[in-house]
Amino acid sequence: MVRYVFVGLFVCLAGYFAYFVSFGSSEVIKNPLNNRVKNMANIVVRGEIRDRNGVTIAHTETGEDGKEVRVYDFGSVFAHPVGYMSKGLTGIESLANLDLLSSHVGFIERLVNEVMERKNLGDNVYTTMDAGLQEFCYQALNGQKGAIVVNDPKTGEILAMVSTPGFDPNNLDAEWDSLTSEDNQDGNLLNRVTQGQYPPGSTFKILTALEYMREYPDTYQDFSYECDGVMEYGDLVLACHEGHAHGTVDFKGALAQSCNGAFATMGLSLDKEKWAQMCEDFGFNQELPVDLLYKQSSFVINNESTDWDVMQSAIGQGETMESPLHNLMITSTVANNGTMMVPYIIDHTENADGEVVSKNTPMEYRKPMTVEEAEILKEDMISVVAEGSGYRAASQYAQVAGKTGSAQYNSTGGMHAWFTGFAPAEDPEIAVTVIVEGGGSGGEVAAPIAGSIFDYYFGR
Amino acid sequence: MVNIISDVCKYIIIILVVWYTVGAFTALQKRDREELKWIYYRQNALIFLLHGTGYLVIVLNEKSLEMVIFYVAQVIFFSVYLLLYRSIYKKSSMILLNHMMFFLALGFIMLGRLSYEKVTRQFVFACIAAIVTLVVPQMFAKLKAARLWAMIMGIIGLLALAAVLVVGQVEYGAKLSIQLPGGFSLQPSEFVKISFVLLIAVLFRERTDLKRVIFATGVAGIHVIVLVLSKDLGAALIYSMAYLFMLYVASKKPLYLAGGFGLGACAAVAAYFLFSHVQTRVEAWLNPWPIFSGKGNQIGNSLFGIATGGWMGQGLYQGYPKLTPVVESDFIFSAISEEMGAIVALCVILICLSCLIMFITVSIDLYIPFYKLTGLGLAVVYGTQVFLIIGGDIKMIPSTGVTLPFVSYGGSSVLATFILFGIIQELYIKRHNEEDRIERKKRKQEAASLARERAQAAKKAGGEATAK
Repeated sequence: MVRYVFVGLFVCLAGYFAYFVSFGSSEVIKNPLNNRVKNMANIVVRGEIRDRNGVTIAHTETGEDGKEVRVYDFGSVFAHPVGYMSKGLTGIESLANLDLLSSHVGFIERLVNEVMERKNLGDNVYTTMDAGLQEFCYQALNGQKGAIVVNDPKTGEILAMVSTPGFDPNNLDAEWDSLTSEDNQDGNLLNRVTQGQYPPGSTFKILTALEYMREYPDTYQDFSYECDGVMEYGDLVLACHEGHAHGTVDFKGALAQSCNGAFATMGLSLDKEKWAQMCEDFGFNQELPVDLLYKQSSFVINNESTDWDVMQSAIGQGETMESPLHNLMITSTVANNGTMMVPYIIDHTENADGEVVSKNTPMEYRKPMTVEEAEILKEDMISVVAEGSGYRAASQYAQVAGKTGSAQYNSTGGMHAWFTGFAPAEDPEIAVTVIVEGGGSGGEVAAPIAGSIFDYYFGR
Repeated sequence: MVNIISDVCKYIIIILVVWYTVGAFTALQKRDREELKWIYYRQNALIFLLHGTGYLVIVLNEKSLEMVIFYVAQVIFFSVYLLLYRSIYKKSSMILLNHMMFFLALGFIMLGRLSYEKVTRQFVFACIAAIVTLVVPQMFAKLKAARLWAMIMGIIGLLALAAVLVVGQVEYGAKLSIQLPGGFSLQPSEFVKISFVLLIAVLFRERTDLKRVIFATGVAGIHVIVLVLSKDLGAALIYSMAYLFMLYVASKKPLYLAGGFGLGACAAVAAYFLFSHVQTRVEAWLNPWPIFSGKGNQIGNSLFGIATGGWMGQGLYQGYPKLTPVVESDFIFSAISEEMGAIVALCVILICLSCLIMFITVSIDLYIPFYKLTGLGLAVVYGTQVFLIIGGDIKMIPSTGVTLPFVSYGGSSVLATFILFGIIQELYIKRHNEEDRIERKKRKQEAASLARERAQAAKKAGGEATAK
C-alpha cells in the first residue's frame, strides 16, 4: 500500500516534470521577464530578421569597441510586425527572441570562434512578409491613421502588416518619452492590425448574410427589400449610407449595395442564440490563434438584446468590435473555401550558414462554413466589386471580390473607411484588409487603396 | 576551447547518469549477491567518472589550483569511505551505499560550480557526517532493547524543536535553525524527524489500542504544532505523513489513514487562512508572474532555468542558476536541470524513487514490529521530503523549502541523511541476520501450535458430540 502510494506520487512528479519540459517550457521561455535569454546575447550575436525572399529587415552591427547596435533597414516601415528590443521586446523580436539568440553554426566554426574569442552568429529568422509589398502598403496609407494587413488566404502567411502612425525603431530611445507621453493621442506604439478595435461596419454583413442563408436555406434567394434610404421599424429609424435609396434589392443586391435597411430586416428575423453562436465560431468573444499581442473581438447579441441592438449589430455597429487582422481572417475563410487558417508571421529559422533549423507550416484553425456557403458568399463579394459599392477596388490584373464598410464610431457622423477582399476571385492568392481611421466612406477611401495593392501585387 | 569541452562533457554526463539510473533499477530486480556485486562495481565506476567529468569542467572554468586539490580530496574521501564501509559492514547494501555516493557526488559538482565556499563547507560536513555515522548501524542495532533511549531522544528532540521556536533565527520567513558559536547553525528539525520516527515506532511496537493511539497522536500533534508555529511547514508535513503511515501499518486500520488525511486537509486549509506566509506561497504557486519582482521570483526563476535548459541542459557554467535565490539548498534541482539537463534531473527523480523502493522493500521484509515501523517511517520521511522539494521546484505544488537529501547544501541535512541511510543499512543487515530469522521461526511455531490446539479442541468437541 505504502509502496503504491509513493510510486504513484513519484510517477506523477516525473510525469509532470517531463510534460513541463516538453510542452510547457516554450511559453515560459518567451516570457518577457526571462532574463536568462537576454544573457545569451553575451555569447551570441543576435541573428537577422529577413523577409520571405531573404531581404534583411533587421540586423546587428558590432562597432569597433565591440558595442552592438540593432539596425532596422526599413526604418518605420516594419515598425509594428518586427517590433523592437531596446525598450522591452515586441513583435518578431519578441516572438523569435530565443531563436535569434541561439546559434546553430557548425562545430568547426564554433571551435574557430572559440579560439579567436569571437561570438557565434545567431540564427536568422525568415518572416512570411514581403518587403516590397510591405513598403507599398506603407506608402499607400500615405500617413493617414489606419492599418493594412495582407495574407495568403490558403496558408495564413502574413505578407504585409502596416499600422500608422508608427515610429522609427532606430530612434526609439530618443523618441520614447514623446511616444509614451500622455499628450500623444496617436497611439504610435499600438499595432492597429492586431490591437486596434473598430466597429466592422458593413464588412460584417458577410456574416449576417451567412446566418440568414443558414436559417432560411430555401427562401433566402427570394429575399426582397424596398429601400427608400431610411428604414423605419416601429419608432426606430435607420438610415442607409448617406441616405441613398437603393430601390428594390434582393439578397445579392443587398450585399452589393451594402443596404443597411435590408440587413437590419434580415437581422430582425434571425435566431439570436444561433447568430451569436455562429459569430463565436468565427472567433468573436474568443481567443484567437495569434502569437502577436492582440485584442479579442466582441459581438454582443443575446436573448435580452433589443430590436435596436439587433438592427445595429446586423450592420456591424452597436457593440460589435473587431481588429483588422480578425476581419482579414474572416475574409480569408471565404476565399479559402470555408477553412480558417492560423495566421502566422515567422516562416522558418536558418543558421548563419543557411541550413534550416526549424520551419513553421500552415495550420487549419476551424471550418466555420461549408464550401458551398463560401462559394455563394464569394459570388456576392464579386458583385460588390463588379457592380456595387466596392468598384474602386477592382484591379486591371485580376478579378477582385470584397466588401466595403463605413463604420460610424461617434455620434457626429465620423466614419472609419473599411475594405476587405481578395483576388483573383477564382483562385485567391492574396487577401487584403484596409482601414482608414475617420477616413469616411469605405468605397471611396479604403477600396482604392486595396485596388492599388492588388495592382501592385499582380502587376509587378 | 573551454566551452567546447564543457559541451562535450555535458553529453558524457547525461550518458553516465542515464546508465547509472538503468543500473539502479536493474539492481532492484536482482537478489543474487554475485550479480549485485557486478552492478555495484559498475555503478561505482560510473560515479567516479561522473564526478571526474563534472570537475574537469569546473576546473577548466575556474582555472584554479585549489579546485584541483579539492577534487583530489573528494576522490580520496569517496574511496576511503567506500573501503571502510564495506569492510565494516560486509552485509550492507552496496547499491544503497552507491546511491549515497551518487547523490553526494552530484551535489558536489553542482555546488562546486555555484560556489567554492559552499562546496568546501559541504565537503567538510560530509566528511564529519561520514565518520560519525560509520557507527550508526551498530548503535542502532543495540537500540532495540533500549526503549528508554528512544523515549529520551524523542523528548530531547521535541525540546530542540521548541528551542528553535523560542530562540531560532528567522530565515525566509521561517524559524528553522539555532545559531551555534563558531558561525555554525543547527537545524534541529532535520534530526528530530529521525528521533520522531523512532519514538513513534516504540509507541506502536506492542500495541495499537485506542488509548495508545490517542497518546501517540498527541505526541505527534505537539511536534507538528511546534513546527507549524515555527513556520517550518515542509517539516510539519513530513512529520504528519510519517506518523499517519506508521499508524496505518501498525494498526492495519485504513480508517485511521483516511481520517488522518481528512484532518490533514482541514488543517492545511486552516493554515492557509491563518498564516500569511502560506498564502504568499500559494499565491506564488498559482501565478508567479505578476509578483515576479517579489514573492514569485524564486519559483519564476526556477521555471526559467528548467525551461531554458531543456532536455539537454545548457552545460555547466553556461546557464544562470545563480539568478534563483537560495539555489544551493532549496532549488538545487532546478540548477541541475538547467545546466545538466532535464534528462539528468529526471534520472535524479528516478534514483530517489529506487532508493525509496529499497527502503520500503527492506522494511516490509522485516518481522520485528519496531524495525518494520522504523524502516517504514523513514521511507515515508524520505519520500515525502523528495516529493515536496522537487514538486515545489517545478511548480507542481507550492514550495515548502525543504532540502533534497545529500544534494542540497546544508550541514544538518547532510548529517541527518547520513544517519537515515545508516539506519536503513542496519535494517538491511537485520533482514538477513539471525535475530530476525529466530523471530520468524518463533512466529511460525506459535501459529502452528495454535492450529494444533484448535484442531485438538475441535476433535474433542466432535468426540463429545458423538459420545452423547
